[in-house]
Order: sequence, then C-alpha cells, then structure tokens
Amino acid sequence: MLDQTKRDKTKRVIHPLILRLTHWLNAFAIVMMLGSGWQIYNASPLFGFSFPPILTIGQWLGAGIAWHLAMMWLLVGNGLVYLTWTLLSGHWRKLVPPGPGAIWRDIRAALAFRLKHQTGAYNAVQRLLYSGVLLAGVVVVLSGLAIWKPIQLWPLCNLFGGFYAARYVHFFAMAAIALFLAVHLTLVAMVPKVLPPMITGGKP
Amino acid sequence: MKRRVLIQRAMALGLMTGLDGCNYEDPNHPDLADKFLHAMSAWNDRVQAALFNPDTLAPTFKASQITMPPRFNAFYDVSQAPVLDQSSYRLELGGQIADKAPWTLAQLQALPQEGQITRLICVEGWRVIGQWAGVPLGQFLRRVGADTSCRYVSFQCADGYYSSIDMESALHPQTLLALQFLGQPLTPAFGAPVRLRIPTKLGFKNPKSLVQLAVTNIYPGGYWEDQGYNWFSGS
Repeated sequence: MLDQTKRDKTKRVIHPLILRLTHWLNAFAIVMMLGSGWQIYNASPLFGFSFPPILTIGQWLGAGIAWHLAMMWLLVGNGLVYLTWTLLSGHWRKLVPPGPGAIWRDIRAALAFRLKHQTGAYNAVQRLLYSGVLLAGVVVVLSGLAIWKPIQLWPLCNLFGGFYAARYVHFFAMAAIALFLAVHLTLVAMVPKVLPPMITGGKP
Repeated sequence: MKRRVLIQRAMALGLMTGLDGCNYEDPNHPDLADKFLHAMSAWNDRVQAALFNPDTLAPTFKASQITMPPRFNAFYDVSQAPVLDQSSYRLELGGQIADKAPWTLAQLQALPQEGQITRLICVEGWRVIGQWAGVPLGQFLRRVGADTSCRYVSFQCADGYYSSIDMESALHPQTLLALQFLGQPLTPAFGAPVRLRIPTKLGFKNPKSLVQLAVTNIYPGGYWEDQGYNWFSGS
C-alpha cells in the first residue's frame, strides 16, 4: 500500500495529460481564431489600422469567416473540457491570484529577473496572468456569440451594450489574449526548460 | 535544444498561417481545407436553424436613429445599379407555388403593407439603421398558394445577383417584400422596384431588384454563398 502510493508519487508528472492536450489544442485554436478574426476585422476596421495580411488566415473575408466559425467549436469545446477538468480536479486552486501585495512583490522580482521558477507551482504573476487570460477567454467567447447572434441571443447582446459595443468588447478581449500570448511566449523563451514538460509531462 | 523546439514550433505556426489553398479561392475545385470548411458551414447552418425562434423579433428603432445618408452597398458601383421600367415590371413566381401568375408593381402595392425601422448588419461588420415598408413575405407566400412545407425560398435579381433563405425565416413577421425605403418608393441603388428586407439575416441575404421568387426543396445557394459565405447567415 505504502509502496504503491510512493510509486504513484514518483511517477506523477508536472502537467497531466489532459492539461497538455487542452493546452496545445487551445494554442492551435487561438492562433486560428486570431488570424481569421484579424481578417474579419480588416473588412471593417474599428480603429485607424488594419492587420498586416501576412498575419491573417483566409485570403478574403469569406474564408476568414469560414475559419472563424469553424474553429470556434474547437475553442469552445476544448475550453469547456479544460474548465470542467480544472473545476473537478481542484487544479483551479493553483490559479487563484493572491493578494495585491504578493502580486506586486512578484512583479518587481520578475522585472528584476529575480523571480524563481518553482516547478509545478505558479507564482503570483503567473496566477494573475492565467486567471486573467481565462477571464478574457470567457469574455471573448460570450461577446463573439453576441456578435454572431445579436437577435436570437439578444439578452446576451444587451449584456454587452448591444451589437455595436459587443464588437469593441470582442476586440479588447482579443487584445488581452494576444497580449497574454506575447508575455507567455517571452517568458517561455526566457525559461526554456518549462517547454518540454508541457509536451512530455515532465518529472517534478 | 529547447530553444530549437520553440523556434521550430513558431515556424510551424507561421507556415500554417501562410498555407495556400485553405481560402475558398476556386469554388469549383475545393481542396481538403475547403471541404472541411464546407462541412463546418453546413453544421453551422443546422445550429442556426435550431437557434432560430420565429417569435423573436429584430430590434426596432426610432426615426431619429435612421442612418443618414443611407449607405449603398453591392458588388458593383452605384452607377451600375439596374434601372427597371416600373410599368412593365413583373415579379415572376416559380417552384412549388399554386398560382404562378406574375405580379405587377401596382398589384404588389395594392396588398396590405407593413413598415419597420430596423438595423441592417453587414457581413463585413458595419451596421446601418433604415426604414423599409412593403408586403410581409409570409402573407404573400400564403396568398399565392406556396407550399410552405418546402425548405427554401429563392430569389433572382435584375443584376444577376441571387440568394435563398430558409422557409422559417421567410415566414418571420418582419420579413418583407419591400417596396419603400425611407418613406419613398425604392430607388435603383436600394433595390427598385422590389427587394427582400429580412432583418433577421445579414445584409447580403437581402437581395435587391427582384425579378423572380421560387419555392423549392432543392438547395438554391446564392451569389456569395456559392463563394464561401455561410448560407444561413442569421443574426
């Protein structure tokens, strides 16, 4: 009995399979949604700029929409699997951001390159980023549904202040995710040893 | 080594975004990506049909909210908009309709009319508010003895444009055979003499300058739909 638990403990991985699977499916879905979404944005820009065509997916509006409305099912389905798992397994507790004091301390440490990476545990900055991007993910999906179905899902659309406002909410939620992605990739590049465990699972 | 993995992954993502072919470029020669997108679009048609509630109305607006000047939009310049002779105009009927006698403009004008101030949302993302008036399509279809158990209502336009909608949306109370825009008879730029006004669908599902209407069970497609826009395109 004791030997069994001991062995389980030594075999435990940093990132469980379901986390890795949903992570990489989500990475694929996010890239597709960003690229196709930027193509759609370019058809009627909200601000005084367009996205460079090299960064868009689908070479015209029709293809951009087709990719966006196809990949939304992967994004949402995969996201629901992840959320269900994180809630049922208790993994969500690792993501709850701590108080502002701890966040401030860890941000200063990170900016001074003093923040130590603890394998299998998330520091205050990570917790803030991960819980923040999850929230942005929920907002981007709900505002996207409001834009897609402003009449059939009118209560949802009204929640975002109507169709016009929902487009802006969708844009800023996207921008938050894109910003997270930039920081996330930068941090991985700075601490590259965290990448293999997200593929293989890794040993603690 | 780990950096190399990262760089390889970034390159793979970059390659994917630049991938040729996944672009609905040639509707007659669909590649694997096109077939996937077609299948997903058909799935989205079914989801939207299930989401469609015939009793849910599009929001209506005040006269002061009407977009001025109105915005022209078509696949050609405004100077190319078809000009039809109103006295010789006929709306042809086809398909599963009992009384296929063509309709003159005067006959359509003599039917009970309804008006609306609704929002038109373009597939591009912009929206305008306008005022339309005309014959509710559902009432018209019943009057001419259309088989409303059929799946589609299709439209042919004077400019070569064509489109089609599902029967449930055709019978929606706000779906009009519009004869007026902003309180005046339609002008060529805005679909004279008769256009479809369907506020529960995107703008490109509102064909202008109708010359034929048909009821059918055979999927009729549409000008943009055949190039890759989602067919149902409901709001």
